[in-house]
Amino acid sequence: MINPRLLLPVLSLAVLVAAVFWLQPRAMSYVGVNLLFNLAVPIALATVAQMVIIMVGDIDLSMGAFVSLIACITAAILPENPALGWAMLAGCVLTYAALGALIEARQLPAIVVTLGMSFIWGGAAVLILPSPGGSSPAWLTAIMKAKPPLVPMAIIASVSIAAVAHLLIMRSGFGVRLRALGGNLRAVSRAGRSTVRLRAMAYAVAGVFAVLAGMALVGLTTSGDANIALRYTLLSIAGVILGGGEFTGGRVSPIGAVIGALTLTLAGSFLSFLRLSPDWQIGAQGAILILVLAARLLVRRAEKRA
Amino acid sequence: MRIHRAPWFWAWVAAFAAFLATWSISAGGGGGAALAVAALTFASFSVLTGLGQMLVITMGPGNVDLSIPATMTLAGTLSLKLMGEMTGPVWAIMLAGLVSALAVGACAGVVNFALIRLLRIPPIIATLSASFLYQSLAIWSNRGLRIKPPAALAEFATGRAILGIPNLALVALVISIGFWVALNRSGFGRRLSAIGQNPRAARLAGVPVARIMGTTYVTCAKMAALTGFLLACFSGGAALNMGAEFLLMSIAVTVIGGSSIAGGDSNVPGIWAGALFMYLIVSMLNSYGLGAGVRLLSTGVIIIAIVAVASGRKAQA
Repeated sequence: MINPRLLLPVLSLAVLVAAVFWLQPRAMSYVGVNLLFNLAVPIALATVAQMVIIMVGDIDLSMGAFVSLIACITAAILPENPALGWAMLAGCVLTYAALGALIEARQLPAIVVTLGMSFIWGGAAVLILPSPGGSSPAWLTAIMKAKPPLVPMAIIASVSIAAVAHLLIMRSGFGVRLRALGGNLRAVSRAGRSTVRLRAMAYAVAGVFAVLAGMALVGLTTSGDANIALRYTLLSIAGVILGGGEFTGGRVSPIGAVIGALTLTLAGSFLSFLRLSPDWQIGAQGAILILVLAARLLVRRAEKRA
Repeated sequence: MRIHRAPWFWAWVAAFAAFLATWSISAGGGGGAALAVAALTFASFSVLTGLGQMLVITMGPGNVDLSIPATMTLAGTLSLKLMGEMTGPVWAIMLAGLVSALAVGACAGVVNFALIRLLRIPPIIATLSASFLYQSLAIWSNRGLRIKPPAALAEFATGRAILGIPNLALVALVISIGFWVALNRSGFGRRLSAIGQNPRAARLAGVPVARIMGTTYVTCAKMAALTGFLLACFSGGAALNMGAEFLLMSIAVTVIGGSSIAGGDSNVPGIWAGALFMYLIVSMLNSYGLGAGVRLLSTGVIIIAIVAVASGRKAQA
């Protein structure tokens, strides 16, 4: 039984994959597929992180700055001083949890708090790594650039991210409680749960996925930079929406979010295969986004009539 | 009148404190006038974008315009290109530039609202996707060329005609007063607040929701376009990244100024306080001689602290 909410994201990804293979048949190989989807892995992780935030009714405008900070810590501190590096990464996750608690306890608008946090993450990243550089820990590069037989690493990683996120968010009791927080806050608190604690946990989960995104990015690029992932903020929000998520009511789809991230990454490759003038690359991405969302409207209308 | 209860009161206190702090450390107490002029000039850009963003945010959760930077760049680029190619009397060129910038803004606003209304795309995503298109258009149309504004316009944008107050600040002040009247004394303002407080109730009460929302998005885009035009004239030409900082800035000044992010409650004086504060805080940290990292960090901490304190105050009331 496939969720109808997932139909359109799957379809748009399939159409794009077909178009890319048609334009560039050589991409239809182990190496080709890996190259196409490599950079989608960190984006998929960041999108899942953003999805968790959107699921509880908030929005995170600091995602790009946070992933950049994690990339800086991973590249500059983790290889030299693993103990300190891991402690800092754990500290980042705890800070995220504290943010969630602060937002719930003081009833602050998440959009503004994360806006402020984006300055803080950006400042910390510049302090840790003033100029681009650093190196990736050997084990991290080994994981990210591994060449398993038959199926490229990028595909295995994407599928595992989707599976883990799906089990955690859709199938576990913990996930249900978090979704309920976005769906009906009052019901959750009447049921005797601490909303402060739940929101803190949701932010912690998002923090963990975002940390993994930063580490995966460094594993691929083998260096860090304070601006390396700034575009992730917008990419991750767009990925969640493309994947069938909504801004209200705890309605999200982890599998859809991963597919949305893959679609966005592939759209970039598709446009460069089209030999589109670089002037129009960004614009065409916007147009693709609008097209997919327009298609979603048509599908919804058809569903209603049926 | 209990002035300390006004939502913009604390923002003004913070802005004033930041001014004093910057003044006292820069050049041993001198240069207060220079600091005030710089603050007023740069704050007027934030005010102009902030006013538009405030209207949009007033319509309630989910309403925000992320296309402000791209609209600014597009309007600045196209209007300067037009003025660069025109020949004739100076006033005609200037007028054509202003009108073309506003027309670009109006088009952007109509596109934004069409995506939101006709395709039912959430405003955040709609304005974001549209901004990609505007950005591409701007890149394509100017190809990295920097066209200088007419000398008279550049003079006006950097000048201080009356009492030494920057012209830009006067323009922003006049427009702010217009916004204040529209929000507090006109049917449009009442209807806008009604939508922000409860869109369903507003519709049932006969408020033409679509028309008000459309007007608001178009007004916001026009304000962005006007800011882009003035900023391009001020800085001697349009640059592709010239709007970048105004995305966060327009949201930040709205919220710091005490407008409710949940919608339905906006105030104009707070926009000025927020804009002055944001500029002064950065120049204060600059004059302490701090590095870029610490500066960013402190800015973030201060924003969050203000929002945490300000919201707590509202919760008690």
